[in-house]
Amino acid sequence: MAMLSFERKYRVRGGTLVGGDLFDFWVGPFYVGFFGVTTLFFALLGVGLLVWGAALGPTWNLWQISIAPPDLKYGLGLAPLRDGGIWQLVTICALGAFTSWALREVEICRKLGIGLHVPIAFSFAILAYFTLVVLRPLLLGAWGHGFPYGIFSHLDWVSNVGYQYLHFHYNPAHMLAVSFFFTTALALALHGGVILSAVNPKKGGTVKAAEHENTYFRDTIGYSIGALGIHRFGLFLALSAVFWSAVCILISGPFWTRGWPEWWTWWLDLPVWR
Amino acid sequence: MNHRHSTLVLLLAALTVLFAACERPRPLVEQRGYRGLGIEENRNPRTLARQVAANAPPAVIPALPAGDAPRAADVYQNVQVLRDLSLPEFTRVMLAITAWVAPPDQSCGYCHEGEMSADTRYTKRVARRMLSMVRDVNSHWQSHVGATGVTCYTCHRGQPVPAEVWFTGVPAVPHGLLGDRAGQNAPALAAGMSSLPTDPLTPFLVEGRSIRVGSATALPTGDRHSIKETEWTYAFMMNISQSLGVNCTYCHNSRAFRDWDQSNPARAKAWYGIQMARTLNHDYLLPLADTFPANRKGPAGDVAKIGCATCHQGVYKPLFGEQMAKEYPELQGDRTPPPAPAAEPAPAAAATASTR
Repeated sequence: MAMLSFERKYRVRGGTLVGGDLFDFWVGPFYVGFFGVTTLFFALLGVGLLVWGAALGPTWNLWQISIAPPDLKYGLGLAPLRDGGIWQLVTICALGAFTSWALREVEICRKLGIGLHVPIAFSFAILAYFTLVVLRPLLLGAWGHGFPYGIFSHLDWVSNVGYQYLHFHYNPAHMLAVSFFFTTALALALHGGVILSAVNPKKGGTVKAAEHENTYFRDTIGYSIGALGIHRFGLFLALSAVFWSAVCILISGPFWTRGWPEWWTWWLDLPVWR
Repeated sequence: MNHRHSTLVLLLAALTVLFAACERPRPLVEQRGYRGLGIEENRNPRTLARQVAANAPPAVIPALPAGDAPRAADVYQNVQVLRDLSLPEFTRVMLAITAWVAPPDQSCGYCHEGEMSADTRYTKRVARRMLSMVRDVNSHWQSHVGATGVTCYTCHRGQPVPAEVWFTGVPAVPHGLLGDRAGQNAPALAAGMSSLPTDPLTPFLVEGRSIRVGSATALPTGDRHSIKETEWTYAFMMNISQSLGVNCTYCHNSRAFRDWDQSNPARAKAWYGIQMARTLNHDYLLPLADTFPANRKGPAGDVAKIGCATCHQGVYKPLFGEQMAKEYPELQGDRTPPPAPAAEPAPAAAATASTR
């Protein structure tokens, strides 16, 4: 694969966490590293297990294939492969692959001498998955509380688990998470819009920069967060969305068993107006 | 305190508030569907222990030796409902009502005044209808109550007025254009503290409105149910959940609420329960409008009515399914042999038969 003229400059040795020079090479455009190998190993093994689970199941319809977690009766023990054991192995593979990918990102960051913002951000996504399939099941006492691996079936799980608490929109952490997701989209749209409007002018027009971008927001809302600030803010919004999503499912069950609307009685019972 | 510290303190305060209002692990979880489907019941073990203690049935009132005792109706005047009972059986029912319903300081006097057969007190006239109702439920509504049945205690629990009766909500008077909440948008006790309609019981347990608002098709194909009707249904479902201490998945697979094939069998029981509560309200409670005094009526002047909570009281099976009624054959239904075809039915027997 062709390499851009300046790319060679960044293909430097070192920065690896594990394996020294052994896996310190590229395949085409892709950096490999020790964690590239483990990512590939876990990903292939996990997908293989999913295909095996599908072969044991009743359908090859992609929408309907489902690799379900064990029955609750197995608790935190191992389940027979056909009865949720495959789900347990796939979960290990998934966490192995995701974590390997994050560490591969760390190695690349170290090579380039840049901050670890991207792997840290990705860790929040791993944390959310970890919360769903490990942390919450541990707190509830059974691996069967994880969600099934299937396109439709995981949606059924989401729906039913939501309705276990009658009205999930009253979950305070869910409220925060949804607000952060919407705000992330709003901020990204505003940022993407203002950048395109400044640096991508009509043919023959002049490319404009930060001055214009800042002035646009000062004129409309009286304040511009600035070129660096908007990226900090965007990262904060996106990570908050993921963080509160994880909190909202973690508290449902381990820390609350009733309908979420009822949780708000603490507000109604405040001595100020009760 | 610098900037970073104050942010941290704020975050900690928010998390404290969040968790202070919560419960602590680990809940008791019961799987009620295929694995991984999320069809589960969550129960706080401490709340459950309190409920179990509060829902223990009272000691069985011993049956009195019958022997050749005459029928109560032949000994006492004005026996209209319990005509089939022998004197000892009749006495046992009276003892039971005294223990389960009447305030201890009033005992028999809560219903009877002077001559025992007199109907002067409204409580006696209500009690008579309630006895008919209990026998009606036990003999005609096995579709809902099964072999468990009901007794006075199922609802009354030692109180003259059951704790969980309901009245039609009085809509707040709107102040101008902005004050009209359209019967919702306030924490509704009857709808699990949600902002759904505050009185979801009148539409279904009195009026018999259409409850099945879910479309059978993905695209709109003529389902004329309104948003308001849908919110009534959801509020009523919240009410059932609260009344039984269960969540939506006790009956439904939320991927298709409407589909009976994907629902738990409990949904069929609940369907009969809804029909039963509405029928009982119409046959027994609403006709008592002129019998109850004003202080026993609701703010809108309506009589106390039956909902799911009236018997269930926060438990999926009243008294956790304890089969209390089978200890009281007197409450199981009229055992009077049907009158001979040629004979004119006795007026009292006709009155009993018409209670259904």
